[in-house]
Amino acid sequence: MREVAVIGVGMTKWGELWEKSLRNIFVETALLALEDAGVDRVDSMYVGCMSSGLFIGQEHIASLLADYLGQTPIPSTRVETACASGGLAFRLGFIEVASGIRDIVLVGGIEKMTDVGGYEATYALGTAADQEYEGYHGITFPGLYALIARAHMEKYGTTREQLAMVAVKNHHNGSLNPLAQFPFEITVDSVLNSVMVADPLRILDCSPITDGAAAAVICPLEIAEKMKKPVVKIIGSGHATDTIALSSREDITWLEATYQAGKQAYSMAQKKPKDIDLVEVHDCFTIAEICVLEALGFVEKGKGGEAVEKKETCLDGRIPVNTSGGLKAKGHPVGATGIAQVVEIVKQLRGEAGKRQLKDARIGMTQNMGGSGGSTVVHIFERG
Amino acid sequence: MPTPSRYWREIPQRYRLEANKCKKCDVVYFPPRLICPKCKNRDLVETKIAERGKVITYTIIRVPPHQFVDQAPFAVGIVELDDGVKLTGQIVDCDFDDLKIGKRVRIEFRKILEEGESGILCYGYKFVPD
Repeated sequence: MREVAVIGVGMTKWGELWEKSLRNIFVETALLALEDAGVDRVDSMYVGCMSSGLFIGQEHIASLLADYLGQTPIPSTRVETACASGGLAFRLGFIEVASGIRDIVLVGGIEKMTDVGGYEATYALGTAADQEYEGYHGITFPGLYALIARAHMEKYGTTREQLAMVAVKNHHNGSLNPLAQFPFEITVDSVLNSVMVADPLRILDCSPITDGAAAAVICPLEIAEKMKKPVVKIIGSGHATDTIALSSREDITWLEATYQAGKQAYSMAQKKPKDIDLVEVHDCFTIAEICVLEALGFVEKGKGGEAVEKKETCLDGRIPVNTSGGLKAKGHPVGATGIAQVVEIVKQLRGEAGKRQLKDARIGMTQNMGGSGGSTVVHIFERG
Repeated sequence: MPTPSRYWREIPQRYRLEANKCKKCDVVYFPPRLICPKCKNRDLVETKIAERGKVITYTIIRVPPHQFVDQAPFAVGIVELDDGVKLTGQIVDCDFDDLKIGKRVRIEFRKILEEGESGILCYGYKFVPD
């Protein structure tokens, strides 16, 4: 297996981009990544996208995007595993380069979510759950994570305030990220007084509906070392699945797919949780960040809420989590999220993260999750 | 919205609670499976799920999917039945204040939703206090 590195990243401002089409959002973003890498053509591309069919009535976007990026006839592949589509696109690109089949690969993610109304968007996202045995009974995604939250509070004593602190911390980080959809601070009080969506989760516990894309260029380490940018190596990669229905799991407070994907990535990288300097995790809801911290071994089972309360996950804490603002403040165009996590880690490891830059960040991790935890992709990166 | 054939296919589970059980490890699967995920055995025998159990977690859906707008707010929970099967469904005939983890419930056959003015009526199981 060849060693692989990231040589370019790109991200544009996220939000409700009424004036921009899916293809233009993607191409603008991909061009930034190509420019950053200093290349104008690639050998292959992978695009994470959960549901362009339901959101804009357009499938076959792998070819559409290769075409508008001016890269035909290269092979282009669309990847779908719900909200982990971007992370999995990244992993497949990594595998292709590591295997020696291609050298320069563009990995991107895109979701254009605001061309439909709120109900249609909720429906499209809901298809990541078991339609016959969860969706049929009227459950929503906030509802599924509310079921996890209630069980976690009962089992471990996690508090409503601790959940709110996740959102407050991520909005603080997001306020330092000019590309975030919601770059402003919120307070614990504003979370606790926001509209109830699915008890005990309120609207400020939830990630938003977002239009946006993110892209990266990867290549063999030996080529990366000749390029102009500081080298960021991909040293670990993991991918695992769990039951799609939340009810089928032995312990619904435990994210087994995240644990398994993390184990694979730690093993490949020969690293332990204590070696990681920062991590971008899939905080689609506040409770998710707490459960992910536990599954990745940053805290003991049940101690995620406490770690947040003790500020261990803040920018100056023991393990900074979601320096970008996370899904909560940066936005969550589902297919793009996994790639945007990579963009943040690369910027931090290169020292290009602006006001939210950490000191001496050397090893970073990404964790991207689909559905209520039915799929997870984890990567570990190291500054060269 | 389910098409008639998609709706009809699930009737054995939604109306009659049909499940199956692995002959080797005795685990009950609902909905039924073709292969036991635990021991990979393909020899499973038909059975029915238990009709009583306890709530292991719950929520109140305040912002519903559009087909359920008329019903909101409503409670949804995961219930562990007495045979170990866990499933998701609405908890009805129960004040929200009386919901709690550990509450005993039983399955009843109820209407799940109406598909508009002229569409099909969808039925299935819901939980009520036992």
